[in-house]
Amino acid sequence: MSNINLLIDVVLLAMLVLTTIAIVRIESLFAIVMLTGVFSLLAANIFIILDAVDVAFTEAAVGAGISTVLMLATIGITGYEQKRRRKISWVAPLIVVTITGAVLVYGTLDMPAFTDPEAPIHTHVAPRYINESPTEVGIPNMVTSVLASYRGYDTMGEVIVVFAALIGVLSLIGIREHKGDPKHLEPPARPVLQVMSKFMIPFIILFALYVQFHGDFGPGGGFQAGVIFAVAIILYALTFSQQDAMDLAPPRILKRLASLGVLIYGGTGVVSMLKGGNFLDYNVLAHDPVHGQHYGILVIEFGVGLTVACVMMLIFFAFISRGDRNP
Amino acid sequence: MMSLDLYNYWVVIFLMMAGFYMLIASNHLIRKIIGLNIFQTSVFMLYISLGKVAGGTAPIAAEGIDTYSNPLPHVLILTAIVVGISTTSLALALVIRIKESYDTVQEDEILELDSIADEEGS
Amino acid sequence: MINEHLPALQVVVPLLAAPICFLIPNKRLSWLFATLVSWLSFAMAILLVIAVNDGTILHYEFGGWAPPWGIEYKVDIFNSYVLLIVTAIGAAVFPYSWKSIQKEIPETHHRIYFTAMLLCLAGLLGMTITGDAFNLFVLLEISSLSSYTLISLGRDRRALTASFQYLIMGTIGATFILIGVGLLYALTGTLNMADLASRIPALEGSRTLEAAFAFLILGFGLKLAMFPLHLWLPNAYSYAPSSVSAFIGATATKVAIYALLRFLYTVFGSSFSFDYMQVHWLLMPLAIASFMFASIVAIFQDGIKRLLAYSSVAQIGYILLGISLVNVTGLTAALLHMFNHALMKGGLFLALGAIAYRIGSTRVQSIAGIGQAMPYTMAAFVIGSLSLIGVPLTVGFISKWYLILATLEKGYWPLTVLIIISSLLAVVYTWRVIETAYFQERPAGAPAVKEAPLSLLIPTWVVILANLYFGINSSLSTDLASHAALLLFGGSLL
Repeated sequence: MSNINLLIDVVLLAMLVLTTIAIVRIESLFAIVMLTGVFSLLAANIFIILDAVDVAFTEAAVGAGISTVLMLATIGITGYEQKRRRKISWVAPLIVVTITGAVLVYGTLDMPAFTDPEAPIHTHVAPRYINESPTEVGIPNMVTSVLASYRGYDTMGEVIVVFAALIGVLSLIGIREHKGDPKHLEPPARPVLQVMSKFMIPFIILFALYVQFHGDFGPGGGFQAGVIFAVAIILYALTFSQQDAMDLAPPRILKRLASLGVLIYGGTGVVSMLKGGNFLDYNVLAHDPVHGQHYGILVIEFGVGLTVACVMMLIFFAFISRGDRNP
Repeated sequence: MMSLDLYNYWVVIFLMMAGFYMLIASNHLIRKIIGLNIFQTSVFMLYISLGKVAGGTAPIAAEGIDTYSNPLPHVLILTAIVVGISTTSLALALVIRIKESYDTVQEDEILELDSIADEEGS
Repeated sequence: MINEHLPALQVVVPLLAAPICFLIPNKRLSWLFATLVSWLSFAMAILLVIAVNDGTILHYEFGGWAPPWGIEYKVDIFNSYVLLIVTAIGAAVFPYSWKSIQKEIPETHHRIYFTAMLLCLAGLLGMTITGDAFNLFVLLEISSLSSYTLISLGRDRRALTASFQYLIMGTIGATFILIGVGLLYALTGTLNMADLASRIPALEGSRTLEAAFAFLILGFGLKLAMFPLHLWLPNAYSYAPSSVSAFIGATATKVAIYALLRFLYTVFGSSFSFDYMQVHWLLMPLAIASFMFASIVAIFQDGIKRLLAYSSVAQIGYILLGISLVNVTGLTAALLHMFNHALMKGGLFLALGAIAYRIGSTRVQSIAGIGQAMPYTMAAFVIGSLSLIGVPLTVGFISKWYLILATLEKGYWPLTVLIIISSLLAVVYTWRVIETAYFQERPAGAPAVKEAPLSLLIPTWVVILANLYFGINSSLSTDLASHAALLLFGGSLL
């Protein structure tokens, strides 16, 4: 790591420590949620310094974006009020945490040094991804190769986890469609915001599509694209009204599309099975294995993007419609 | 350089433990979830720190570059971030329901209401 | 061709069935579909057990990438046996669910229920079959998220807090597992279990390895409700809908125990786990505390579900005791008890669900006098209880017998005494229920009770009869368990 990067790394980590201490100590819930967003952005910066651009992208979109919005929506329902706990109970947790931390620090003592290129994780397994994937899978972004092909099954699991979260949220709070209550639907007048967002939304969606299809070459892919696409609709819902957004993207259809995205991913696996390969073996999808990899990755990334975008929108609608006021 | 060899790891461990502390010591359910988020995000930083190679660049193949950082931790953490947001949204949905049925999101008050219900039931 | 893909299909079929189930508009159809899938999974598990019974190990490379670069599934005698447990309980609970949830879950949520059950089933199966440490984490989270959802479906508002508590504890467990896997990865550069196993012996003495070991044990300890990390379990089982208690109670902790054993024996290897780390000296006191403490607490419970939940903590204690004895007989007993406890607890929770269907409550007092009104349901409950106690001719006897043999083999006779005392405690807590049902009068003015419908009775009795069948004709399960135990000790699974 070059010296300047090292310096940035040290400074960012120090800022993270300060943010975390503030989060643990501050009383105001609103401030804590905002600082959690800051924490995520700082973490994303660390990821960039450590060369994990895809991860940084995702952490910024998820940690600072979606998760902050959901937290604020929840606090809007539960209220900001916090009461002091009657009995003081910080001793036992502190002991547990200290022991856990001590075990971890003990564990790092024999860990390969930070950034050491001779560490086992850089000499075993990973070299193949780095050296062979541009020719075996045929795309320059190694993270996408590993994610979509070598470990494509994990990524399918990840899409299913998102789907499972959707099932849970729908089961718990569902989506209320306020129909026939015109007073409720009247969006507050926010002309500047509304004009701005009308201007922004097409660009956000365009950017989402770029991220979706450019993931082979640069950072990005289905997950990030899905989140960004959902953010466009969330922005629309926040500046206009939830009902407007739900008319634009009806939950009934989104639910089906969310399932469909999972099935597109799984279906690719089934097709490769029927073509004589193993589950998710894209080599058999075309005459030329590298072409097969291309098709396979394109299709499954689309499935990921579809499910993630739909699930994020649905979860947002569920949270926002649970509260009785307009965002 | 030696003193900095493990610096990244130790700071990350401190962050992890701060989140873990907030998770188990907080009385407010939303604070617990925020603690959980910090705990998990710090674990992600541990993984990503492992993947960094001295002099390496982001693992996107390009002309003239021969040292790349390790892509595998990045892939694992992408998956873990998604799992994290899924867990968070489910937890927040539970908190909303708890608020609606108990009218509080403070752990000690919920426990109190539950123990009253237990006594009445028996 | 199908045979060759069997290891993948075992998980992929229920996994992809979940979104399909969510698309089916008709509730009854979604139930039929989910039931069909659960039976199909059971059939596949049977085929897998047959295929690996002669000691062959099936490998399946996802995406056609060879391990350690790709993710592999690996089936041997040990995990095919766990697959059989999970799918067998699933095959009984899915058909049972239709009637059971009519009264416990609002109609709008039936489709969500079946979707979540399929996800949970698939996640548990995947955790069992996978040969990749990180893939295990992903599948663990699929099964966990869906079980939080399922538990929160309970009618009582305490189901929500139980689910939240489980979510927090479960996620701490999962994050610990993630840390442990990360440390192992830092040391070896690989995530494949077999590859890890071949690289770990060279690392003995590494402090990082010891820390990884500690985090993995704690993480799985949380998931399997090892004393004193069991606090989430009683609430979760008590307030979940009956069919969910039956399914999760019989399977989820078993799979977590499987994963623990997989790491102890296959990944770390028995010489590191037991000779170097001496983990059995940690497990043994916890196991003893677990079955003694939980059996005593069970006696004082008013809710029968809660009573059975504490009994589950006690049974997990027996399983851990078997593991901590570190001999083939002890491990055989532990594996047998995983299977047998699934049968007895599954049967008991199913019988209890049938009672809940008729009288709407599962408190001990509320079942007074139903022995005559619901003869078949209560007879099932009695047989299940006998099995729980460990009476001869039931499966409970077989595993207790092996456990006692194992303690005697080691010369730990005080343990033998403790096992017998704890079994007597089981007599006390089950007798309270049976006595109330048969020998107390139905309170005046209580509504008349009918026998439970056949769609609840048949699945219940299938599981209960399995308790008797494998209790009398025990060679099938004991052979499987002892083969698996021998394999684990021989380390020849690699």
